[in-house]
Amino acid sequence: MNAPVPGLKPTTYIGQDTPRANARRLLAGRGQYVDDMHLPRELHAAFVRSPHAHARITRLDLSKARQARGVFWCGTGHDVAAVVSPWVATLTHFKGLKSAPQYAVALDRATWQGEAVAVVVAQTRAQAEDAVQLVEVEYETLPAVTDMETALDATTPVIHPDLGDNLAFTRSLDTGGVGDVFAGAHLVVEDTFRFGRHTGVCLEPRAITADYDASEHQLTVYLANQAPHMMRDIFAKHLDMPESNVRVIARDIGGSFGIKVHVYPDEMAIVGIAKLLKRPIRYSADRLESMSTDIHAREHRVKARMAVDKDGRILAFDMEDLTGIGPYSVYPRTSAVEGNQVVNLTGGPYDFRHYIASLKVVFQNKTPTCQYRAVGHPIAVAVTEGLVDLAAQKLGMDPAQFRRLNLIPDDKYPYTSASGLKFEQLSHHACLDKLLKLMDYPKLRAEQAALRAKGIHRGIGLAALIEVTNPSALFYGVGGARISAQDGCTLRLEPTGWVTAITGVTEQGQGTEGMIAQVVASAVGIPVEHVRVITGDTDVTPYGGGTWASRAAGIGGEAALQASKELKSNILALAGAILKRDAAGLDLRQSQIVERATGEVLQPLSETARIGQYRPDTLPREFQPQLSVTRQYGQRDWPFVFTNGIQASYVEVDPDTGFTRLLKHWMVEDCGTIINPMLVDEQLRGGIAQGIGAAMLEEILYDADGNLKNATLADYLVPMAAEMPDMVFGHVETPTKSSELGAKGAGEAGTAGAPAAVMNAINDALAPFNARVTDQPFTPERLLKALGKV
Amino acid sequence: MKAPPFAYRRAENLTAACALLDAHGGNARILAGGQSLIPTLNLRLSQPELLIDISQIADLRGIRVGANEVVIGALTRHVDIERSADLARLCPTLVEAARHIAHPAIRNRGTIGGSIALADPAAEWPAAALAFNMTFTAASSKGERTLSATGFFKGLYETALEPGEVLKSIHVPLPAAGGKAAFGELTRRSGDYAIAGAFVNANLSGGRLSGVRIAFFGVATQPVLAVGAMQALEGTGGDAAALSAARARLEADLDPIADLYNSRATKLHLSGVLLGRLVAKLFA
Repeated sequence: MNAPVPGLKPTTYIGQDTPRANARRLLAGRGQYVDDMHLPRELHAAFVRSPHAHARITRLDLSKARQARGVFWCGTGHDVAAVVSPWVATLTHFKGLKSAPQYAVALDRATWQGEAVAVVVAQTRAQAEDAVQLVEVEYETLPAVTDMETALDATTPVIHPDLGDNLAFTRSLDTGGVGDVFAGAHLVVEDTFRFGRHTGVCLEPRAITADYDASEHQLTVYLANQAPHMMRDIFAKHLDMPESNVRVIARDIGGSFGIKVHVYPDEMAIVGIAKLLKRPIRYSADRLESMSTDIHAREHRVKARMAVDKDGRILAFDMEDLTGIGPYSVYPRTSAVEGNQVVNLTGGPYDFRHYIASLKVVFQNKTPTCQYRAVGHPIAVAVTEGLVDLAAQKLGMDPAQFRRLNLIPDDKYPYTSASGLKFEQLSHHACLDKLLKLMDYPKLRAEQAALRAKGIHRGIGLAALIEVTNPSALFYGVGGARISAQDGCTLRLEPTGWVTAITGVTEQGQGTEGMIAQVVASAVGIPVEHVRVITGDTDVTPYGGGTWASRAAGIGGEAALQASKELKSNILALAGAILKRDAAGLDLRQSQIVERATGEVLQPLSETARIGQYRPDTLPREFQPQLSVTRQYGQRDWPFVFTNGIQASYVEVDPDTGFTRLLKHWMVEDCGTIINPMLVDEQLRGGIAQGIGAAMLEEILYDADGNLKNATLADYLVPMAAEMPDMVFGHVETPTKSSELGAKGAGEAGTAGAPAAVMNAINDALAPFNARVTDQPFTPERLLKALGKV
Repeated sequence: MKAPPFAYRRAENLTAACALLDAHGGNARILAGGQSLIPTLNLRLSQPELLIDISQIADLRGIRVGANEVVIGALTRHVDIERSADLARLCPTLVEAARHIAHPAIRNRGTIGGSIALADPAAEWPAAALAFNMTFTAASSKGERTLSATGFFKGLYETALEPGEVLKSIHVPLPAAGGKAAFGELTRRSGDYAIAGAFVNANLSGGRLSGVRIAFFGVATQPVLAVGAMQALEGTGGDAAALSAARARLEADLDPIADLYNSRATKLHLSGVLLGRLVAKLFA
């Protein structure tokens, strides 16, 4: 007897650890990075870079270089300026932000060590580098502005005399009455926090191949970049070409972390030279160039204080942030954003009403800084959480209890913070509860106390955080930046029943393609293996912003969901026409057209698609199947959709050596709907590793003359696997109502909170010695100094 | 980051290598594992005309146990030392130190001879050579000669090797009965160059130390024998007073210099902490 065939039930990949298709390809070495692409007739470029932080070029002689073997072309800043117009990186919503015109290659003056002053094009990169050594440049060195603390002093030279001073941007925020609150407070804690300048170290360096076809006046740029449409607009504008004649292709990207979302002068030069020479030109930054020309970030000094009442309730914050950004604001997102975020985010997780803040953003003769993963967050979180732990310590309160008292209650949303941020719905208390359980907080405290009695000094540090994700047009668009605030997804039903998804958000190695495939497969009703995802080609994908500010899943995922729903509806209409049934009674499950009520299989999707493509003659005259759809989505309900989370770090400090061992790290995070738990956890894990880099290792060192002292990976210390603690994750899911998918970003919360958690853990371990550190990274020497040992 | 142009010759034997060195004077460099030389070329810090590749000379490779010494061929890779059963039995401190040399990929290529001939002040083997009183055999077209590790390291990347000489083998005296040794280094990441590192080698008999040799690396422009500290510990039981006296001599012994992240004072402090821990290990 045959068993009855069970009907198919709806299935979903949302919330599943679905392996991503591109992981196998990348592991097999079949990635298509820019450096893997080769074009006929291509030439290689290498740059002559200033050895001085600030110098006038008094003589530049290319004649010997031009004679060198394999050399095709050499040029100065003036030669490149003939084809690439300069830019000034300001946006109107940062009132008063100023910067100077920046050229692709310096004209007559270099303003940081590493700025390009000439370029050589040759048959091979080695020949180009040989010829670089033959370029004769004489410099008149100029005083370098390196210390941000004195950048605004009257005696300090002004880097751009036309601007009048070295102040790029300033901002003040005052909710009023803050002075009185501090004056009447039971306790005021204050401290100064310093943050080492660092950079995002990508496995794949910046890379570009530009190909100009004069016959069609067409420029094609293969670029390791997060925002291909933004770059297309910029290339068109500064090469004076119609945007439609520019194509930007960004296939596989080997990590970006915000590094690859900016305009780099050397990349602009390559595009210009390709147009000038009418030949493909390629260039990859080598590691030395990456360290001195990729954007830097995070050089801040924050003086801050916090007022608390006798019960331990936070009353007010007062902070003053000083940050140095190099000689130019970086195009087109500007270098005002990081400091602005620090002002916005300080105190962010806590319920208080009084806040006063001031920000100064100054120019220096160092590598330009701009947005790097978790822009501003690690600074704001460290300042806030550092003061929170200090207050708890002074009051003799447990730091977890202090947070429970002060975190914005989970039932108090929507909520507007003292700095004016609008929160839809956060879950600080649910996350705190889950974290304390996950780490068995009381047991850990008991262990810490027991070991301390034996002379083993361990510390526990907590750090609550909020993260900016799913930005609206308020991030850049309102200021005049031509950076798309929306994204689109096109779906195409193939005759086989497979679906091709073409999305504007980009893959940086983090799993965007896998995430899109999961959303599409779930919402259309097909196996995830039947979805093929295409990203990163401005000739092909819908116009969109790309991947930054933790927006790919929240914005790109929602566009994919809406497109999927539309495609499914079209497929069911087609099936209804074929089967002569009402489409409303049909569903698509596991690539089968089924009866919605029973799940009874009526027709394989492959058959529906075949008829739709090849035999529309069999369909009613008035029915036209629509088998490709596009949907766009821009988040418009909130300026940003905030996420929240909390981290904990457990460390052991050796008071004799000042060495810190990271024993364990926990994080509970709420990024709304989780599409792929494994990918979310890996985002958090990688983010925490980068945050640990900031806390423990990474700092770009300059001498007083602006010479970069640690431009190799032997000297600039990035976090490595052996030093990473085990990390444990937990999640709370509060979907955003601003989209149907409900997903928020998860890309930056790890980086945002890890430095603060580690700092608090170290200071907890140092507490018996009456010692405290607040300058990142927390090197052995800084601990030894705090301990009075050196 | 491409190396400037250079010529390349693979030497089939030591005689050929020496002949090439003679023919090209100071413009040739010996290529062994290449783990220091190649980055130097790629950074264009050095522009030799010729690289003489000795990596295929089989008799320069291997570990041989003799009556009074272990002979390590100059081309013996760090990983070969790390995995040597003979060394694990006879000189376990060297095996322990090998694990701290950079990362596996580098240990799979880098050689002990290259490390000693380069004399990087932050490297482990030059200091080990001092602490264990090793001797070296150097070969040239004029023949072979024996050099003592003591006096071999003359300054930053400077050694007693003459132009035209190739380091052939490293001779490690077998420890006497009662021989004790300890190794340690302080690094912020595993595999990094040490902020301070040291080998301590001594005989322990009746609770007293004799023949104490202490060599530091990563603290000065060359590996350093801490002569004052050695004297302070000689004949003692490594007690607190002796250690304190030894630590007091370190500043003069080491004359430490700051690195990118650590001041002279920090280097000195950490050297002292390390010394205390290593001496304690001798008695463990």
